[in-house]
Amino acid sequence: MKIPGMNTGACGGGCNSAPDEKGADMHRRSFLKSGAALASVTLAPGVTLMAMGSGAAANANPDVRWGLLIDANKCSEDCNACVTACSDEHGWENTGAPTDPQWIRKVTLKNRSTGYTTTLPLMCQHCENPPCVDVCPTGASFKRVDGIVLVDRHRCIGCRYCMMACPFKARSFVHEPVTGQKVTTPRGIGTVEGCNMCVHKIDRGDGTTACVEACQKTGSGAMVFGDLNDPESEISKALANYPSVELRADLGLNLGVRYQNI
Amino acid sequence: MKRLLIAGLMMFGLLAGPTLGEGVYPDIPKATGAPHPEGNEFWRTNHMYLLKHDRDLTVHEGDRDVQASIAECVTCHAVNGPDAKPVSIASDQHFCRVCHDYAAVKIDCFQCHNSLPQELGKAALIFKEPESPTMDVLLAYLQEVSQ
Repeated sequence: MKIPGMNTGACGGGCNSAPDEKGADMHRRSFLKSGAALASVTLAPGVTLMAMGSGAAANANPDVRWGLLIDANKCSEDCNACVTACSDEHGWENTGAPTDPQWIRKVTLKNRSTGYTTTLPLMCQHCENPPCVDVCPTGASFKRVDGIVLVDRHRCIGCRYCMMACPFKARSFVHEPVTGQKVTTPRGIGTVEGCNMCVHKIDRGDGTTACVEACQKTGSGAMVFGDLNDPESEISKALANYPSVELRADLGLNLGVRYQNI
Repeated sequence: MKRLLIAGLMMFGLLAGPTLGEGVYPDIPKATGAPHPEGNEFWRTNHMYLLKHDRDLTVHEGDRDVQASIAECVTCHAVNGPDAKPVSIASDQHFCRVCHDYAAVKIDCFQCHNSLPQELGKAALIFKEPESPTMDVLLAYLQEVSQ
């Protein structure tokens, strides 16, 4: 049995000082420790490359940065299509209770001096430098190579630091047991969740999100989805030709979601 | 008297031991669909590593063309209850629970994942039969790790 690091690294100095009669036991313990480390560290690349690696798979593309452009002028106050579509797509429901999930919500802004109101959908802004990722103690909050900020629920311990860190209140916590989840959107108690930019749709090559689809279906066309890195994409052209803002630009987060006319 | 009792107990142990054991060992429900090319023993031993590996591939790299997808597991391994409908993880007849209850290993997969068979549609891909050389590599690798 030769496992690299078993005699030295796996259990620090403690193993070396173990007396002889305990040798077998410590041996087994260090083996278990190092074995576990090996399995988790090296199994992944071994299996990835050899067994499951499939060139045809639509993996997250590092050359792409997915983004949204929302025109607040085209967003009418009585329309809730994007929120409903998101709820249907991902299987969450907001009944108005304070602890209910909010992957996307409609926000109404009012200019106090003139009384002019603007309404817009607000969701995870998919920052280039996401504060939620900075604060996450387990690495559950992460940014995919194509710019989508996600929660890996396998690693989330439900500490909710990310909810505190997010300047946009974009994340919510699942307080109650969940059943009947959509197969494409597993979600459950004790984890944090938020807009995932319909990552399953992107991976399957739909090239749009549920909210954008719904918005276009209503005819208002207030939302555009696309690749911010591609100068020929509809979203990049719109951003190049018309003024737009990112929310809380002072934070320097470089958001993936941009707004017009607010 | 004591000796008799002990002898009696031993006899009972000898006669009833194997049958009791068989009764306690889980009766693993049969699956629908094509059998695993690697064999059931392989999957019994390694399913947790494969699932763990592939979940990271899917969540972090967006690779949904994976071999071990939990949605496909619960679809092929669905067990019908008395009402002829598939049972959820709440029932001790559920495929995963049959063994996990026996082994006293608590799994929390189904806090987030749906334990009922799903209309997979475009969400998951058809179960892919791995090519034989890659399987050999995988087996060799697991053997190496477990040695």
